[in-house]
Amino acid sequence: MHEALVFLAAAVICVPIAARLGLGSVLGYLIAGAAIGPWGLRLADVASTQNLAELGVVLMLFVIGLELDPRRLLAMRGTVFGGGSLQLAVSGAVLGGALFVLGLSWQASLIGGLALPLSSTAIATQALTQRGTLASPTGQATFGILLFQDIAAIPLIALVPFVGRVEAAGSDPLWMKVGTALAAIAGVIVIGRYLTAPALRLIARTRLRELFTAFALLLVLGIAEAMSFAGMSMAMGAFLAGVLLASSEFRHALESDIEPFKGLLLGLFFISVGMTIDFGLLASRPLAVAGLLGGFLILKIVSLWAVARMLDICRERWLFAFLLSQGGEFAFVVFGVARDARIFSAEWEALLTIAVALSMATTPLFLLLYDRLAARKSGAEREPDPISPGGPVIIAGFGRFGQIAGRLLLANDIRPVVLDRDPDQVDSLRKFGFKVFYGDATRLDLLEAAGARNARLLVNAIDDVDESIALVDRVRASFPDLPIVSRARNVSHYFELRLRGVTVVERETFESALRIGRAALEALGVDRFRARELADAFRRHNIASVDATLPFYQDEARRMSMAKAGREELEQQFARDRERFEREHGGTGWR
Amino acid sequence: MILVVHAHPYPSRSRAGGALLAAIRDLPDLEVRSLYDLYPDFDIDTAAERAALERARLVVLLHPLYWYTTPAILKHWFDEVLVKGWAYGEGGTALQGKDCMWVTTTGGDAQAFSAEGRHAHPFKAFEPVVEQTMRFCGMNWVEPFVVHGGHLVAEEILREAGARLRARLATWTSVVGRGD
Repeated sequence: MHEALVFLAAAVICVPIAARLGLGSVLGYLIAGAAIGPWGLRLADVASTQNLAELGVVLMLFVIGLELDPRRLLAMRGTVFGGGSLQLAVSGAVLGGALFVLGLSWQASLIGGLALPLSSTAIATQALTQRGTLASPTGQATFGILLFQDIAAIPLIALVPFVGRVEAAGSDPLWMKVGTALAAIAGVIVIGRYLTAPALRLIARTRLRELFTAFALLLVLGIAEAMSFAGMSMAMGAFLAGVLLASSEFRHALESDIEPFKGLLLGLFFISVGMTIDFGLLASRPLAVAGLLGGFLILKIVSLWAVARMLDICRERWLFAFLLSQGGEFAFVVFGVARDARIFSAEWEALLTIAVALSMATTPLFLLLYDRLAARKSGAEREPDPISPGGPVIIAGFGRFGQIAGRLLLANDIRPVVLDRDPDQVDSLRKFGFKVFYGDATRLDLLEAAGARNARLLVNAIDDVDESIALVDRVRASFPDLPIVSRARNVSHYFELRLRGVTVVERETFESALRIGRAALEALGVDRFRARELADAFRRHNIASVDATLPFYQDEARRMSMAKAGREELEQQFARDRERFEREHGGTGWR
Repeated sequence: MILVVHAHPYPSRSRAGGALLAAIRDLPDLEVRSLYDLYPDFDIDTAAERAALERARLVVLLHPLYWYTTPAILKHWFDEVLVKGWAYGEGGTALQGKDCMWVTTTGGDAQAFSAEGRHAHPFKAFEPVVEQTMRFCGMNWVEPFVVHGGHLVAEEILREAGARLRARLATWTSVVGRGD
């Protein structure tokens, strides 16, 4: 309780200040961590927070996995394995070589050369998502390399004892480790692919929101735990689970449920990194630390720039290099294991650890610098806006009404993102090949996850009047530029929507009732085209008189009298029209 | 096989055109498609219309003359049904060699359709647009059948016109349409 208070207070104080100064939230958290850590106010203990903090990274990778379905991941394999191994080889050779030159043993140089090229998935991915560039070519290359590093870290940690002079006690043979790892991956695939969706459906049917959230957390943490038990990276496991659920109807619901936890715990992760920065060492050997940090950053950035060149990243090489410039969380683990295996001296371990920790703090600064330079450059030569394929069309509510609108769009190659909160409905529609997601469309986070921020259109086909209005209010407040086309249950719903600025509103029974009126006229012997003209005239008059009462919607008496006047006017208008029609088409025409 | 493409917005109010239609309706091998009745929303079923045209050897366009040309739906029918690749252009031979007869009723008499009359031109001057539309699709343009009405056409005149039209179609059947 006490620690939670300390963390929350530190975050709430430091992060807004850092953000205000333009330093970004990550640096804010790092500063908060340094402030409450053992070298600051000594309000919290590093060891107790680290486990919880790691969950932030786990949840983040789960959410990223949710955005990458297996097909897209498969398409990325070139970037992941090609780009990833290239980066590890180039940066590793440079950094390991430098360590060797500094007088370390070849074993230490090898381990250091493999650990230092790793970047922080948490920091780089957070920066990518905040900048909204995860989907850009540079973002994809960066993310692919991070993914490869996460995969590579596992054998790397296992490798350390072999290189070291002492075999870690009680360690299983390699084949067993590999076997457990493969078994764990297979387990995750079975659970994620075949068991989770039915379980989620079952839970969604209970309509208990908190139970759904609880299950989502249980799922991610369970898989992470199982992976770590098998000696794999928890984050990798969560990522894999996310990928497997990316094509399920619960994608957006899971994403929006996990999001707040992810944000908070990721913050905690950065705080814990801030706490590990050994300011004592920094104070006693400032020159050694600064030299090591500077050398590390220069070599890593230059090697990354070269990798970017080899990967044909043409425009944003510096962005790519800065994003991956920091050392990663795995380096801490590797250095710890390497010290235990007596590959590194305690002194080198401490120096390298602080260099890596400080390098994490420099990333936001580099990105700030990059943005300044890019902004100055773009003043002279502005890059053309990329031609985007256009945002999604969102359909809220996919019952009898929304389906017709949705099928019309689908038939014309417009794939709408559909939100519906009836799990049975969602389930059956998915069988017909619709992309339907389970969730309450009035929730801001779900709208966000569905892409409301850059959506082209929202089709509001929700049948419940209150929910429909809640959705419109939410969208008007949070996405004021998103055009809305809306279904109205009745006239008062129509008024409520019009008063909220929705201009395209269709009363759900009006058109079909007019059709029936037309059919009745036809059955009575009126020519079909004449029946259409009469219905058209009725529609025009009706819409005009309903809209005329819009300003007096609340004034019942006034509205009633206007409605009455409108009816009389309609009768007169029809009488005049009949007269004209008889004059032209009655009796003895030539037509 | 004769296809009558009929365009009157209010068939039950059509006196002149209605009389002509009544006079020919029971001819053998004759199909009537009343466009305003079939498509009051102008949502023309082009496949059905093309199929009907393919069945026919003679296409009769029957309508009152609106602003010197066809009523709106028949113009829309031209636009939607007579498309490139089917009615004209490469591979557009569906109508090749078929006959087309324009049957229309007007609100003026023969005097109104003259250089000195209200319409300032003889009726022939208004013919080329519809004629060339059909010729462009490879159809033969037979002599149009025009009933100049004025506002008070006598019953007998309409009866007589109906009989004449019926005779013309019957002659066409016996000469051209035989063995169809």
